[in-house]
Amino acid sequence: MKALRWIGLALVVALIGVLVWAASTPVTFASREEVFEIPKGTWARRMSGDKVEILPSRIDLTLGVHDILLLRNLDDVPQVFGPTVMMPGQSFRLPFEVASSYSFACTAHLSGQMTIVVAAQPISAWDRLRWRATALWNAVT
Amino acid sequence: MKRSILLLAALLLCAAAHAADALKAGVFDPPRAAPDFTLTGSNGSDLKLSAYRGKVVLLGFGFTSCQAVCPITLGTLGQAQKKLGDQGSELQVLYITVDPERDNAAQLKTYLSHFNSAFIGGTGSEAQLAAVRKDYGIAAEKVAGPDGSYNHSSFIYLIDRAGRLRALMPFGHVADDYVHDVRILLAEP
Repeated sequence: MKALRWIGLALVVALIGVLVWAASTPVTFASREEVFEIPKGTWARRMSGDKVEILPSRIDLTLGVHDILLLRNLDDVPQVFGPTVMMPGQSFRLPFEVASSYSFACTAHLSGQMTIVVAAQPISAWDRLRWRATALWNAVT
Repeated sequence: MKRSILLLAALLLCAAAHAADALKAGVFDPPRAAPDFTLTGSNGSDLKLSAYRGKVVLLGFGFTSCQAVCPITLGTLGQAQKKLGDQGSELQVLYITVDPERDNAAQLKTYLSHFNSAFIGGTGSEAQLAAVRKDYGIAAEKVAGPDGSYNHSSFIYLIDRAGRLRALMPFGHVADDYVHDVRILLAEP
């Protein structure tokens, strides 16, 4: 019984420790780039009637964390990808500095539309905690 | 030890230099040649993109009856050109209409002169303009209704002195961002 109490206490302390870390540590990653690629053969697959979706219709970025969109066309033909025409082998690196919602025409989508939602940098303890909780939730669901 | 410190300092300097040189606009890598075109210019001459080699070109698409995006973008570009001071003469803003029915050369000239008399507009046949839009991945769709408005791509292309399509500035950036990027492109050999 006593052992169980100690284990419970240890778990509570560990949980508090995780929450304190999540709230106090700045959210950083090795790279601020969010990478999306058109794989080789995409055009051929589309021509054969395969409805390939290359990008999600909505991309979420966060200032100071992941705020650079990097698009790469690895296919053999030019693609209208995101806001512009990209040649085979070409990449397009778009940094964002303002939190907002950006809509682009994009033939890479069956809907023809792509929205990039850029959220403010999580600076306060509460924002960091919420950001990490959301990221964890998105990772497991 | 001394060598390690020197190496670290060099790396930090390189990183700082790279950060300072980073464009605010979205960058194409590798850059490709900006597709050339010849349209009717608002200045009364042919508007040929390749004629502006040696200058940095900001290329946009819109229409003179636009109530939303175009006046804001052109106002921003006008501010940027002004802020560039003497360097402004090495910059050329080109604005291509998506509405050839209403935007003839004279209309474009009058409209653009509200923002900067050095701006040059381009118009042509529907087929000519559609070909240019296709080359640059520009969307333009007429909106049903009495005012004949258009939904159109709102970004600005940055073309370097060598005529390469270097970057794309999404709508909403301030004049200082254009000044920053144009200065970087002008500083290139």
